[in-house]
Amino acid sequence: MKIHEYQAKELFRKYGVPVPSGGVAFNPEEAGKIAAALGGFPVVVKAQIHAGGRGKGGGVKIAGSLDEAKALAKKIIGMNLVTHQTGPEGRLVKKVLVEQGLNIQKELYLGIIPDRASAKIVIMASEAGGMDIEEVAENTPEKIIKIFVDPLAGIYPYHCRDAAFGLNLSGGAVKEFSAMLKNLYSLFVDCDCSLLEINPLVITAEGSVIALDAKINFDDNALFRHKDITGYRDTDEEDPLEVEASKFNLNYIKMDGNVGNMVNGAGLAMATMDIIKIAGAEPANFLDVGGGASAEMVENGFRIILGDKNVKGIFINIFGGILRCDVLAEGVVQAARKTGMNVPVVIRMEGTNVEAGRKILSESGLNLITAVDLQDAAQKVAQIVRI
Amino acid sequence: MSIFVNKNTRLLVQGITGKEGQFHTRQCVAYGTGVVAGVTPGKGGQKMDEIPVFNTVKEAVGKTGANCSMIFVPPSFAADAIMEAADAGIALIVVITEGIPVIDMMKVKNYIAGKSSRIIGPNCPGIITPGECKVGIMPGHIHKTGGPVGVVSRSGTLTYEVVHQLTQKGIGQTTCIGIGGDPVNGTNFIDCLDAFQKDKDTKGIVMVGEIGGTAEEEAAEFISKNVTKPVVGFIAGLTAPPGRRMGHAGAIISGKSGTAQGKITAMKKGGIHICDNLGVLGELCASVFDHA
Repeated sequence: MKIHEYQAKELFRKYGVPVPSGGVAFNPEEAGKIAAALGGFPVVVKAQIHAGGRGKGGGVKIAGSLDEAKALAKKIIGMNLVTHQTGPEGRLVKKVLVEQGLNIQKELYLGIIPDRASAKIVIMASEAGGMDIEEVAENTPEKIIKIFVDPLAGIYPYHCRDAAFGLNLSGGAVKEFSAMLKNLYSLFVDCDCSLLEINPLVITAEGSVIALDAKINFDDNALFRHKDITGYRDTDEEDPLEVEASKFNLNYIKMDGNVGNMVNGAGLAMATMDIIKIAGAEPANFLDVGGGASAEMVENGFRIILGDKNVKGIFINIFGGILRCDVLAEGVVQAARKTGMNVPVVIRMEGTNVEAGRKILSESGLNLITAVDLQDAAQKVAQIVRI
Repeated sequence: MSIFVNKNTRLLVQGITGKEGQFHTRQCVAYGTGVVAGVTPGKGGQKMDEIPVFNTVKEAVGKTGANCSMIFVPPSFAADAIMEAADAGIALIVVITEGIPVIDMMKVKNYIAGKSSRIIGPNCPGIITPGECKVGIMPGHIHKTGGPVGVVSRSGTLTYEVVHQLTQKGIGQTTCIGIGGDPVNGTNFIDCLDAFQKDKDTKGIVMVGEIGGTAEEEAAEFISKNVTKPVVGFIAGLTAPPGRRMGHAGAIISGKSGTAQGKITAMKKGGIHICDNLGVLGELCASVFDHA
């Protein structure tokens, strides 16, 4: 799960990580009040969307006066912000973060992520702050310091010293940075983060260490133990069909093609999308109904696929293991009758009770196209959408 | 021959009295697996069908000599169950549970590093040596006994699809392992490839990967240096959009890392026969393994 910068900064404050003074505004008047209360100019007005690259896209501006702050907020709220992460369609901005301007002396990068291969928590730090860190990693990997922390032992002062001296910090900044890194690590572990990133982390002319930006993603598997964090979810940032699917615990991701598809199992679902493409068509979605899907889940999946107006054909691919083919067939027939299926459906079933399942489909009287195998099914559905 | 499980495996099921635990235990028994015990804290002394249930893994191991555990407990209790099994000396711990927090698995993996236990999974279908032993939730009947091909995969139903196509072509399997779709898992591709290379009855290997992480790239490098048997590879997720978690917690393209294309390129370089189209995987395997 992703959250906004202003929400991440709330968590930072809670964990004693220094951030600039400021607040979130949903309209220019609120933005003005926050700017006035900051007690000095310049202030920074930052668009709040779940995507990076906001500055380059025109979503982050500096205001030298109260009137300018209000004018900028008016311009940014309601704008369609396009960045390299939003795709060409962009994202509607509904709120801005208004913050005090800082006297920046140095920009650093700091990130914390789980390392899959070593099963350690890795801290990444770099003096190349404020830049695209993936580019830094690719072109000048020597500029990134990596420190591995065993999650059983936790973080120790030497980890923090390694990072601080590695970043060529000196004087009071070493102590301030070390305290901050320890707090960030606690936040990362306590809240089950899957990514915590500050880019840039700044050293001010006064020598303070401050998180100018803040990005946190959470491990979806751990949300069950963080009811407070789930409250940060902003469904405005998600596709409406995906929000609907999540209500039924369906794993649905909307895409741009016109072949809707419903599959049991995530790996097979991805492979099904791929084979649709190989057959010359484009998948409209990813939808994994899971290994133990019920007739009801199949019906909801159907409804969500049909909610996408681009869909011109549907490909159902089920390998019956735990989910028996006869149960699936019942679900499809029910769903097709209830939703008034208005696009052609190609079904490919294999595995447990496949004969019983095929019989149910063929005796349903519905216009369901059955396929003998994966290859056959993909070609049939691609043929349908091509017409 | 086979790897990790065989007819001598003595299986214990943690979470045997739950709905999933009961159902799949019965399926394993029906397949011929030697299920010797179950564990559900508080239900010690009861029986599930004819299988004795114990309160702790330690007690179950002491009384029955169980050497393998299959875990069905919910995500919030899974780390506890895995470490309990490891401390009781269980050699092979197969974790079916889906949805375990990443930090929990990282702690488990570091905890287990100094012990002799092997973890398969989590979030996996399990492991099967056709005709001998099934420890997992896969449909047994799609497999064909006698080898000569070993299968290792990050997925569940996609593995069934692959096995089904092999069986249709008359190609049997020595052992099939689902290593799971989570970012942090116990047994990785390399562990399985190494075991298949050393197993004298395995003549060829099918490796099924997907987007996310760099496990396939590392496996490809291992294959080029250490595996002399032919390997057929398939990667799911060529059409997956970056930055989105595709069902499996581990299936996500981060920046430029974890793409299907990157994995395919690395695997081709490692001498792996890449299958571009899942629809014809069986045919490709038939031609590659024909002389194996």
